[in-house]
Amino acid sequence: MNATAQAPAHADPGRPLKVGPGRRSSPLSWRWRDRVALACAWAAGLGLCLIATAIVVYMGYRGVQYLRPSLLGSRPALGTSQADSGGFLDPLIGTALLTLIGIVLAVPLAVGSALWIAEYGRPGWLARVVESSIEIVAGTPDIVIALFGLAVFQLSLLAPLSFTASGGGVFGKSFIAAGATMSLIALPPLFTATRDGLQAVPAHMREAAFALGKTRIATIRRVLLPSVRPNIATGVTLGISRIIGDTAIVVLLLGETLRLDPQGSVPGLGLLRGTGSTLTSYVYGNSPAGEGAAPQKAYAAAFVLMVLVLALNLIVDRIGRSQAEATGLTVAGAIA
Amino acid sequence: MLKRLRDPWPDHRAELTLGAVSLLVGGVVVAMVAFVGVHAWPTFSHNGLSWLGSGGTLETQIANMQATGVKAPASAYHLRAWPLVYGTLLSTVAAVVLALGIAVLSSIFIVELAPARLRRIAVPVIRLLASVPSVIYGLIGVLVLVPFVGNDLITASQKASVQNVVELTGAGLIVTVAILTVMITPIMVALICEALVSVPNSWREGAIALGVNPVRAILAVTLRAARPAIVAATVLATARALGEAIMISMVSGSRSFTPKPIDGLLFLFEPLRTLASAIVDYHEGVGAPALGSTLYAWALVLLFSAFALSLAGYLIKLPLRRYQVRG
Repeated sequence: MNATAQAPAHADPGRPLKVGPGRRSSPLSWRWRDRVALACAWAAGLGLCLIATAIVVYMGYRGVQYLRPSLLGSRPALGTSQADSGGFLDPLIGTALLTLIGIVLAVPLAVGSALWIAEYGRPGWLARVVESSIEIVAGTPDIVIALFGLAVFQLSLLAPLSFTASGGGVFGKSFIAAGATMSLIALPPLFTATRDGLQAVPAHMREAAFALGKTRIATIRRVLLPSVRPNIATGVTLGISRIIGDTAIVVLLLGETLRLDPQGSVPGLGLLRGTGSTLTSYVYGNSPAGEGAAPQKAYAAAFVLMVLVLALNLIVDRIGRSQAEATGLTVAGAIA
Repeated sequence: MLKRLRDPWPDHRAELTLGAVSLLVGGVVVAMVAFVGVHAWPTFSHNGLSWLGSGGTLETQIANMQATGVKAPASAYHLRAWPLVYGTLLSTVAAVVLALGIAVLSSIFIVELAPARLRRIAVPVIRLLASVPSVIYGLIGVLVLVPFVGNDLITASQKASVQNVVELTGAGLIVTVAILTVMITPIMVALICEALVSVPNSWREGAIALGVNPVRAILAVTLRAARPAIVAATVLATARALGEAIMISMVSGSRSFTPKPIDGLLFLFEPLRTLASAIVDYHEGVGAPALGSTLYAWALVLLFSAFALSLAGYLIKLPLRRYQVRG
C-alpha cells in the first residue's frame, strides 16, 4: 500500500526533470489516514468558526427581538410579568462603576509589579515568586477568588466598607468589596501585557537613556512607559472584558439587589458602600436558573453585554494592529 | 512633602516602591490560602479524610447544615463530598479531552491549511469565542440546548424508565460538557497557534523534501515541536474547566447525582453538580457556620487543584525544554 501511494514520485524515469515550482502533492494520492486527518482539521476549524458565528447571530436575533431603547433607560422594578419588571438602567450603571473601580485598583498594581520584575527584579528568587504568584492568581477560579473576597470584607476591621447589619454582623457585600476583588481578576492579563511589552523594548533604547545620564526610574518614566502604552491599553481592555463578563464575584460580593442600594447618607460614598447588580448578574437572575424567570429581559441584557464584549474585542484588535504596523511586533497573549 | 514626591525620584526609592507593590501582589496568594484554609478547617477537622467519600445524599446533609443556624453542633458538619468531586472530574476530563482534539486540529487548520483570506476571518472569530462571558453561554444553554435535549433527544419512555431515581429534564452531562468544550477550546487554540507559528519553516520544508506529504509533515514535525505549548494549553484549559461555576450551575441540572456510564445512553442525560457550581448554588447560606465552612472547603479543594495543575504543567514542560522549543 505504501509503495503504490508513493509511486508517482519515482514514476516515469525517462521524462526530463521538471525545473520550477514543482508538482504539488495532491491529497488524492495520500494514505487514507492522512486524508482523514486533513478532513478533520478542516472540519474542526470551520466548525469552531460556525459555532462562534451561530452564537453571535442568535444573540443578535434575540437582541433585535427583545431590546427596546426604553429598557436601557428605565430602572428595574418588582413585577409579576415580563411587561412590568422594568428595564436595566441600574445593572448598566453597576457594570460601569464596578469596571471603573476594578481597573483603577488593578492598573497601578499590575504596571508597578511588571516594571519591578522587568527593570529591577532583585533579588531574583523574589521576582520569580511574585511572577508565579500572579500566574497562580490567573489560574485560580473566579468563584474561589470571590469567596476569598467575601472572607476579607467580612472582617470587622473592614466593616466600614460595606453594609453592617443591626446585630453587628458584617455583610461584606458592596461595590468597594466587589471592585477590589475584581481587580484581582483584571490583574493577570494587565501584568502579562505590560511585562511582555517591556521585555520587547529593545535594549539599546535603555542603553541610550542610561548613556545620556538618566536614572533607571527616569528611563522608565520618559522612555519605557511611553513605548509600552499600547501594551498597557491592550491589558486594560482585556481586564475590562474580564470584569464585565464575570458573574461569580458579582453574585457573591455585590449582593445582586434589584436596584442600586446606597448605604448611609453620604452621596458618593454611600453608593460605593451599597449593593447593586451588573448586567451579568441581571442575566443570571432573570434566566430560568435564577429567581426572575424573565427570559426576554435576560436575552436583551445579554445582547447588550455581547455588544460590549464585541466592541472590546475590536479595540484589542485595533491596538494590536496599529502597534504591529508601527513596530513590527505583535501584542502577545492577546487571547488568554 | 509634596515637593519630595514631585521631584525626580532617586532610584532606590523607586525600586523600593515598585518592589513593595510587587510584594503586595505576591502576598495575595498567601492571603488567599490563609483565609480560605482557616474558613475551611472546621469541615475537614470534623470529617477527616472520609470527607472525600460517598454516602448519604448531599442535599439532605446541606439542609441539615442550614437548619442548625448560628451555633452549629459538631454533627452538622457531616458531609460526604464525593458526588461533587466526581461531577467535577467527569465534566472536566470529558471537556478537556474533547477540546484537546478539536483545538489541535483547528490550530493546524488555522496555521497551516487555511487560505490567508479565511485565516483573517477565523482568528478574530475564534478569539471572540474565548471572550464571550460564561453567563451568556449559560443562558444559551439553559434556554436553547436544555429544552432541545429534554424534548427532542430524550424519549418519554427513557424518562419514565428512571423516574423513580432521577428526573431527566435535559439539563445534564451532555449539555454541560458540550458548552464547556466550546468555552475552553479557544484558549487552547490561542496557545497552540502561537507555538505552531514559531516552529521554523525549514523543519517542515525539510520533512517535505524527504518525501512525506504536508499533513504527515505537520503531524510528525510541527506538532511534535509544539508539544510544550500543547501541554501548557491543556493545563490552562483544565484550570478554566475546573473553576467554571456560573455556566455549569445553569445547565447541569444542579443535582448531586453521579452519572453512571453503566446506564448506557442515559448516562449522557443525567444531571450532575460540580464543586464550583455547588458554591454558586449555596452561596446564600454562607452565613450559617457549618455550610459556610463547607463552601470554603470546596473552594480550598479547587484552589489546591489549580496549584497542582500549574506545578504539573511546569514539571512536564521541564524535560521538553531540552529541545529548545518555545512553550
